Amino acid sequence: MAYSDKVVEHYNHPRNVGSLDKKDPSVGTGLVGAPECGDVMKLQVKINPQTQVIEEAKFKTFGCGSAIASSSLATEWVKGKTVEEALSIKNTDIVRELSLPPVKIHCSVLAEDAIKAAINDWKSKQAAGVPAAEPTTAAAKQ
Amino acid sequence: MAVKLPIYLDNHATTPCDPRVVQAMLPYFTEVFGNAASRNHAFGWQAEEGVENARAAIAKLIGATPKEIIFTSGATESNNLAIKGVAEMYREKGNHIITEATEHKAVLDTCKRLEKYGYEVTYLPVQKDGRIDLDDLRKAITPKTILISIMYANNEIGVIQPVSEIGAIAREKGVFFHTDGVQAAGKIPVDVQKDNIDMISLTAHKMYGPKGVGALYVRRRNPRVQLSAILDGGGHERGMRSGTLNVTGIVGFGKASEICMNEMPVESARLMKLRDRLKDNILSQLDEVYINGSMTHRLPHNMNMSFAFVEGESMLMGINDIAVSSGSACTSATLEPSYVLKALGVGEDLAHTSIRFGIGRFNTEEEIDYVTGRVVETVVRLRELSPLYEMAKEGMDLSKMQWNTH
Repeated sequence: MAYSDKVVEHYNHPRNVGSLDKKDPSVGTGLVGAPECGDVMKLQVKINPQTQVIEEAKFKTFGCGSAIASSSLATEWVKGKTVEEALSIKNTDIVRELSLPPVKIHCSVLAEDAIKAAINDWKSKQAAGVPAAEPTTAAAKQ
Repeated sequence: MAVKLPIYLDNHATTPCDPRVVQAMLPYFTEVFGNAASRNHAFGWQAEEGVENARAAIAKLIGATPKEIIFTSGATESNNLAIKGVAEMYREKGNHIITEATEHKAVLDTCKRLEKYGYEVTYLPVQKDGRIDLDDLRKAITPKTILISIMYANNEIGVIQPVSEIGAIAREKGVFFHTDGVQAAGKIPVDVQKDNIDMISLTAHKMYGPKGVGALYVRRRNPRVQLSAILDGGGHERGMRSGTLNVTGIVGFGKASEICMNEMPVESARLMKLRDRLKDNILSQLDEVYINGSMTHRLPHNMNMSFAFVEGESMLMGINDIAVSSGSACTSATLEPSYVLKALGVGEDLAHTSIRFGIGRFNTEEEIDYVTGRVVETVVRLRELSPLYEMAKEGMDLSKMQWNTH
C-alpha cells in the first residue's frame, strides 16, 4: 500500500512524542485501542484550568504508520486550542488532512477517541475536586 | 560498504529468476515455439523434447520418475487438482480428508469448498513449535479417510512437518498422502519414495524459475493414484490436466530444478549461516524478541520473529528499503493477523508484531548485516514511540489490563 506524503512525513518526524505526568491534576490521559487489535494510542493533554486552553500535548502509539500519523497530527491540532475546540475535531478532518484510505479510517477514529478520552480524564479529575495547583507547590505549602 | 537498495528478503513469496534459467528459456519464445502436443512436425518434437527434459529434471529433484510429473499453472492449481481430484475419484471409498490448520489457503479453501459438497474435513491443530502431533493424525484417520494433505514446510514460519512419519502412517492405513512442497522443494532434500509421498505440489517461481508454471507429482505405482481432472479438454498430461503446455515456463522450471539439485548442499548451508547471523545479531541487540516456530525443524533460509510492542506494518514502513513481510493484520487483506501464528498459540498482540525474513540465493552477508542494523534501529525508534513498551518497562502486566476494544 502506498502512503500519502503527509503520513510518511508524520511517521518519519512524529510531533510531540513523549509522556506527561499522569498524576498531575492538569493532565488528562487517554489510552484507547488494544494490543490484540494492533493499535494502542496514548494521548495526553495539559490544560490550563483558567483559560481551558490545551498548553501541552504528547502521544505514544503502537500501531501502523497511519495510526502514528493520526495521533501525531492530533497532538499538533489540539495544542493551543480550548477544550471545546479540541472536542470538535472530527475523525473525518484527520482522514482528509492525511488522505487516509478507507482501510485506515479506524486510525482516525482512534485518534478522535484518544482526544476525547484525554479531555474526559482531565474533566473527571477537575470534577473530583483535585486541586488544580501544581502538586509540588501544594506539597510545599503543607 | 555499499549495498544496493532495496534489498529483497521475501523469498517465500517469490524468488527472482536465476539468469541461467532465463538463458535456457529464451530460445523457446522464438525459435522453438512449437506446441508440444504437435506430433507430426519438427516444431512440435523440439518443444516436446524441451518439456521432457524438464520433466526428467523435476522428477530427479524429488526422487520420482518423469511420467509421474503433471504440469500445471502453479501450486494453487496443483493443490486443487490433488485434493479435488482424489475427492471426486475416490468418493465411493470415503468422504473424509485430513489437513492441518497452518496450510496455505490453496489447501484450506479447497477443503472448505469440498465440505460444502458433503465431504468431511479434519483440520489438525499444530503444537507450539508449529508441527502436528502424530498421535492426533493417527486418531483422526477413519475408514472413510481418503486423503491426508499436510504441507512439507510452512510458508510463514518455515517449519518442516514430520513428513516421513506422516507418509508411513498414511501408507500403513491405506490413505493417500498429498503434501504442498512449494517451500521445501529445491531447498531441502525431498524424496517421494523414502517419505511415501503420493502427491506433491511444486511451483517454479519459489525456486528461481518463472511464475505461472507448477507441477503435481502423482504416484503411478505402489499405490497408483488416479485423479479426476478439473479441466476438460484435449487430455494432456495423461488426462489429468488438459491445456497446451507452457513450454517456455516448463523449460525454465526444469533448468531451475537442475540448478537447485546441483547446488543445494552448498546453498542451503550458506543460507542457514546467513539466517543464523541475522537471528543472532538481532537477538544480541534487542530484548523482547520472540522466534515463531521450531528452530530445529525449520527451512534453512527462514526466520520469523515477533518484535514485541512494535506493530508490524509500522516496522515495514520503517525498513522500507528492505522487502520482508509481516503477520500483522494491517498488511493482510482480511485485517486479521496471521492465522498461522494464531494456530501456534502466539497471542494476537505478538502476531501483530511479527516479521518474516526469507533469505535467498542472491542475498549477501553485507545485505544481511545492513538489514540487521536497520531492523535494530527501527525497533528502538518505534519502541520509543510505543505506549506498550513504556507500560511494560514500568512493570505493568499488559495481558491483565482492561482494553477498550473496538
